[in-house]
Amino acid sequence: MIAVLGLVLGVLLGLVLQPDVPIGLQPYLPIAVVAALDAVFGALRAFLDGIFDDKVFVVSFVSNVLIAALIVYLGDQLGVGGQLTTGVIVVLGIRIFSNVAAIRRHLFHA
Amino acid sequence: MSAQDERDSAGEGPERELHSGPDSEGHTEPESGAERLAAGLRQRPSRGQLAAGVLLAALGFAAVVQVQSNTQDATYVGARQDELIALINSLSLASDRSENEIAQLQETRRSLLDDTESRQTALERSEQLADERGILAGTLAAAGPGVRVTVTDAGGAVGANNLVNGIQELRDAGAEAIEINGQVRVVAQTAIRDLDEGGVQIDGTRVEAPYVIEAIGSPPTLSGGLQIARGFRDEVLRLEGTVRIEEVDSLELTAVVDPVPPEYAEPAPTE
Repeated sequence: MIAVLGLVLGVLLGLVLQPDVPIGLQPYLPIAVVAALDAVFGALRAFLDGIFDDKVFVVSFVSNVLIAALIVYLGDQLGVGGQLTTGVIVVLGIRIFSNVAAIRRHLFHA
Repeated sequence: MSAQDERDSAGEGPERELHSGPDSEGHTEPESGAERLAAGLRQRPSRGQLAAGVLLAALGFAAVVQVQSNTQDATYVGARQDELIALINSLSLASDRSENEIAQLQETRRSLLDDTESRQTALERSEQLADERGILAGTLAAAGPGVRVTVTDAGGAVGANNLVNGIQELRDAGAEAIEINGQVRVVAQTAIRDLDEGGVQIDGTRVEAPYVIEAIGSPPTLSGGLQIARGFRDEVLRLEGTVRIEEVDSLELTAVVDPVPPEYAEPAPTE
C-alpha cells in the first residue's frame, strides 16, 4: 500500500513542481527511469513469487540506475553514447517484458 | 511452500508478523499471485513497504519530470553532440542563404525604386514640357499677369495692319500668350486680314471693333512696348481710334486653337 502511495506521491510531486532537468542529467534521466522500471517489475515479480526482499529491491534499484547511467556516460565518453543508450534500452526492455510475462502468468494464470 | 520458506528466510520479522493476520483468520497461506498481491495491498506499513514506497516515489517523480521535459522540447532532448553540431551547421547555412537572398532582394528593390524615380522625373519633366509647349502653341488655356488693350475704331480705319503691328509690338515686349476679343488665340500660324464689310478675320473668325487684345507677360514691359513713339498706339490715334491699356494682375486666356499636326514639316535630323 505504501509502495502504491509512494508512486502516486512521486507522480503528483513531479506534476506540481514541474522542475527542469539539469543539463548534466539530461542524457541519463530517461535511461535511469527505464532501469528503475526494470527493477520495479523485477521486484513485483519477486513479490508475486513470494521471494520479495526489500534489501534486494533497494540494492537492485539503485545499482540498476547507477549502472545504466554509467554505461551511458561511458558511451558518451567513447563517442558511441547513442548506440549504447539504444543497447541498454533494448536489454532493459527485454527484461521488463520477461518480468511482465511472469507477473501476468501469476495474476491471470495465462 | 517453497515460496513461503524463501520469504521467511529473506523477509524481516515484521513482515512475517503482518502475514500472521490473514493466516490466523483463514489459516491458509496466499497461494496465487493475485491473493498475494491483495494481501500485500492490505499490509500495514513495514520497512520493506517504506523502502519500496520511497524508491517508487523517486521513480514516479523522475518519470514525470522526464516526460514533461520531453514534451517541452521533444526535438533536441537526447540529441547527441555531433547531431546538434550538424543541426547548427545546417541552420547557419540556411540563415546565410536567407541573408544573401535578403541582400539581393533589397538590391532589386533599390534599383526598382531608382527606376521608378527616374521614370517619375521624366514623366514630370515631359508634363511640364507639354504644358509649356501647349501654352506657346495655344492649345492650352493660359493665366497670368499681363495687359488688356482695348482699341476702338470710331473712324473705321483701324484694320489688320494695325492689329498685326500691335501683336508684333507685344511679342517684341515678351508676350507669352495673346488673345483677341476672348475669341481667338493668336499663335504662330495666326493670319489676319481685313474684311470688306468692316472688322477683321482672324484665323477664320470674324472679329469686330472694339478690339480687346489680352496678352500675358510682364505688364510694364508690354504696356511700354505699345506706347513707344510712332508705335502701335500713335498709329491708332492717328486713325482716330482710341487705345486704352490696362495692366492686369491676373488674366485668363480661355480661347484655344486645335493643334494641327504639321503636314510637310518634320523634325530636321540633329547633329
